[in-house]
Amino acid sequence: MTSIKQSYIVDGNDFISCGHASEAVKRTLKELGMPSDLIRRVAIAMYEGEINMVIHAEGGVADVEIFSDGVKIYLRDHGKGIADIEQAMQEGFSTATDDIRELGFGAGMGLPNMKKYADEMEIDTEIGVGTTVYLGFKVR
Amino acid sequence: MKLQEIVDLLEAEVVTNKELVPTIEIHSACGSDMMSDVLAYVSDQGLLLTGLCNPQVIRTAEMMDITCVAFVRGKRPDDMVKSLAQSKGIVILETKKQMYQACGILYTHGLDAKQ
Repeated sequence: MTSIKQSYIVDGNDFISCGHASEAVKRTLKELGMPSDLIRRVAIAMYEGEINMVIHAEGGVADVEIFSDGVKIYLRDHGKGIADIEQAMQEGFSTATDDIRELGFGAGMGLPNMKKYADEMEIDTEIGVGTTVYLGFKVR
Repeated sequence: MKLQEIVDLLEAEVVTNKELVPTIEIHSACGSDMMSDVLAYVSDQGLLLTGLCNPQVIRTAEMMDITCVAFVRGKRPDDMVKSLAQSKGIVILETKKQMYQACGILYTHGLDAKQ
């Protein structure tokens, strides 16, 4: 099956421009005429992922592959890793600092929210090495 | 509810995309300073009321297809926030009313919080 591949660098030192990658993917999906439900789910989940990469992992790379019936996203960072995935998946659990909360994030909704909007989600993490989050979306 | 009615009720100033105001109809709204909550719980809201004033408010609105952001408590967005909203076709309102007051006024005039 043919697909469109895109790769974006998420700058960990730039909170202000965070969301660029999600915005670009949203625009591409719109141009391709993908269903609006899929576009919104992809945009929100990927945006949460971008925010996580900036506030927890000093940035990383987002690889996106768009198929006619869905989207696959790999968010790779070289941050400190997630110590307890089960705990991180609980709504309200966050290791974000007060500085991050003042910016409107860090409510412990990032990973649960990504799971809510994606059809598939896998987390591969190693302490001190980094984290890869896979998100899969299917046209419903 | 017509966006113009919201502008009047909140005694708000329209800061960006003024020409779009007569064309926008708002069916539901939400109020939050936590963008995480907006991304988690909000669906099909046309209006976001917030006291948070940074570019990620506009990005959040864009991801959620929110057409209007009302900054409460007299918060004034800087040029970067305004230019981002302008380019995305998002209407920014500024009102001196507090969050509780602004939400209450709109709610009592029939603007609901659809979940």
